[in-house]
Amino acid sequence: MARPTGSMIRSYADDLRLFPTAAKRIGLVVLLAAYLLVPYLINDTWASVLSLAGVVAIGAIGLNLLTGYTGQPSLGTAAFIGLGAFVAGYYGGGRFADGIGYDFNLFVYLLIAIVAGGAVGVLIGLPALRLRGNYLVIVTLGLVFVALYVWKKWTTFTGGNEGSAMPVKADLNLGFWSIDFLKPTVFGKELGSKQGLMYLAWGFVIVTALLVKNIVRTRPGRALQAVRDRDVAAEVVGVSLFRYKVSAFAISSAIAALAGVLYGLYLGYLTPDETSLGLVLSIQFLAVIVVGGIGTIYGSVLGALFVGALPTLIREFVPDNWNLPILGWPIVTSDASATGFSKGALATIIYALLIIVFLVFEPRGLAGIWRRIQAYFRTWPFSY
Amino acid sequence: MTKFFSLLADGVALGAVYALVALGFVVIFRATGVINFAQGGLVIFGAFLVYQAQNTWDWFGGGSTWPGFIASALFAIVCVAAIGAAFESLVLRRMIGQPIFAIILITIGLFLLVEPITTTIWHNPPGGIETPWGTQTVSVGDVNILQVNIATVVLGALVMGGFFLLFQYTKVGVGMRATAVDQEAALAQGISVRRIFALSWAIAGAVAVVAGMMLAGGAGPAPGLSVSLGLIALRAFPAIILGGLDSPVGAVVGGLIIGVAEVMAKGYIPDLIPALGPEFGDIVPYLIMLLVLLVRPFGLFGTPEVRRV
Repeated sequence: MARPTGSMIRSYADDLRLFPTAAKRIGLVVLLAAYLLVPYLINDTWASVLSLAGVVAIGAIGLNLLTGYTGQPSLGTAAFIGLGAFVAGYYGGGRFADGIGYDFNLFVYLLIAIVAGGAVGVLIGLPALRLRGNYLVIVTLGLVFVALYVWKKWTTFTGGNEGSAMPVKADLNLGFWSIDFLKPTVFGKELGSKQGLMYLAWGFVIVTALLVKNIVRTRPGRALQAVRDRDVAAEVVGVSLFRYKVSAFAISSAIAALAGVLYGLYLGYLTPDETSLGLVLSIQFLAVIVVGGIGTIYGSVLGALFVGALPTLIREFVPDNWNLPILGWPIVTSDASATGFSKGALATIIYALLIIVFLVFEPRGLAGIWRRIQAYFRTWPFSY
Repeated sequence: MTKFFSLLADGVALGAVYALVALGFVVIFRATGVINFAQGGLVIFGAFLVYQAQNTWDWFGGGSTWPGFIASALFAIVCVAAIGAAFESLVLRRMIGQPIFAIILITIGLFLLVEPITTTIWHNPPGGIETPWGTQTVSVGDVNILQVNIATVVLGALVMGGFFLLFQYTKVGVGMRATAVDQEAALAQGISVRRIFALSWAIAGAVAVVAGMMLAGGAGPAPGLSVSLGLIALRAFPAIILGGLDSPVGAVVGGLIIGVAEVMAKGYIPDLIPALGPEFGDIVPYLIMLLVLLVRPFGLFGTPEVRRV
């Protein structure tokens, strides 16, 4: 008796299935096992790289909902990251020792950040209703600078130019079980803060990925994609532009604020300036979704692993002074007056080149490459 | 009143620079439909190339002499125009037909490249660009006006006048306008659209150099050379939004309004509302832009967009 193969879609229910094939279900189990085990096994350097990648993946999934699925390009991510981080600093007890703010536990300040991010997202989404493409990019560009100004001036909330310490604990107490993600004890072994952050960040990657996947594979998601493809046509067939554009902004901004809280926990201390919360941070998130694949969720995660971890990888693994083999050209130098790139400059150049190269040669990103590999093996030996 | 007039002079000069940068945006947008985020990068690169010719190679005794100043400016204009045209024909040409968002992102990528490259080559030089007029001033009544401000406005007016003549009376200019209206129709009339695209980028690059020189020169609005020139150039975005994305006149008017508003805010806000501080001036352009977009999304002089299904 012949059985249909997994990739055959015969009904709407088939189309909706999250994990249609056995291979995907096995993959899910492997990934979950990796989620539980990897932080337990790796050293601090890799934990630092991977926890940052997790934080970036969360923000990228949110941005992908807005840019990839709804077609609203946004440079405003840095503003929401900043919002989330400063909410964590103020409500999570970062400056409680100085008598400022509150000392709530993890899920309270996460909730405050998500609600605040969503509310500001609605505020941004309302004017964005009248704007498309080009104009929206410029408005969200303005948002980054306005937000930076607000962070610098709103001293009670952000610490002004000096910046704000971030919470020293990310604790959760359920009565029968409690954990502090910055000082976790797993299987009786005490882990470092970056390992704990890995559990927290990748846990939220799973949550946000499921949330966004569930949005985009059902009716609201099809409405969002209709808005992306031709907004006037979408409106004609009964999609409320107001409702879907504003919700996309709200959800995406709330997710970005959530990523901001984790980013704050990762950094430990945040000053509002051009280098930490400026335009470049926003561009990095765009780079992640472009390299990963616009309009795919696993692409955002791949992109985050690939480029989100780049600055940390360069900082940790590229030697301070490195010349090109054979030719001997100085590539990396720690001496500011010598020839050669600083590590920060090198990371920025790689970002920029990745954006350009991927958009020109592989607009579907890593997800597109992965799909081609899958198609090759599925149709083997008749693949071409 | 003295303060008002000296601020006005500063504001008009800054506005002239914004207008120049904005003109670069508009030229590219009209011809190719691309919003060029890299314009700020071209401004930075142009200013640094002028510096290279003046200080490192010391042409004709550096930038404080007229021959040195003009030679270095021409050198930078040629280089940056070539870079702009090359980027268009090597990278952006492949992107024709792709979503606007992707093309914008590519120009953002180019913008991102400029900063690390310039800091690596020139290491944040201490001096700025030298100009023949330096920090000298002219007294009009009891107002002292920096000569650099006058020079900026005069040069800006010359460039804009040149634009007008080019668009209105030359074959190339007519070709650019035709391409802006309808690319296929222009092709059918024997206009090389490719050449127009590359030329638009070259012109935008050349204008960016003039803007960068005036920004970073002597006692200009942002004396000294640094990559923050690019951030200043980004404030020309509000100018084109205010004026309308596809209108050269709008670019000039928008640039002047934004420049004056920014300088006035920097001059008066710290006294009137101390809590806002002088940095408030930096975000005034963006706030104006937001207001304009809510009222007239296509700007003061822009063409309203017709949306079809």
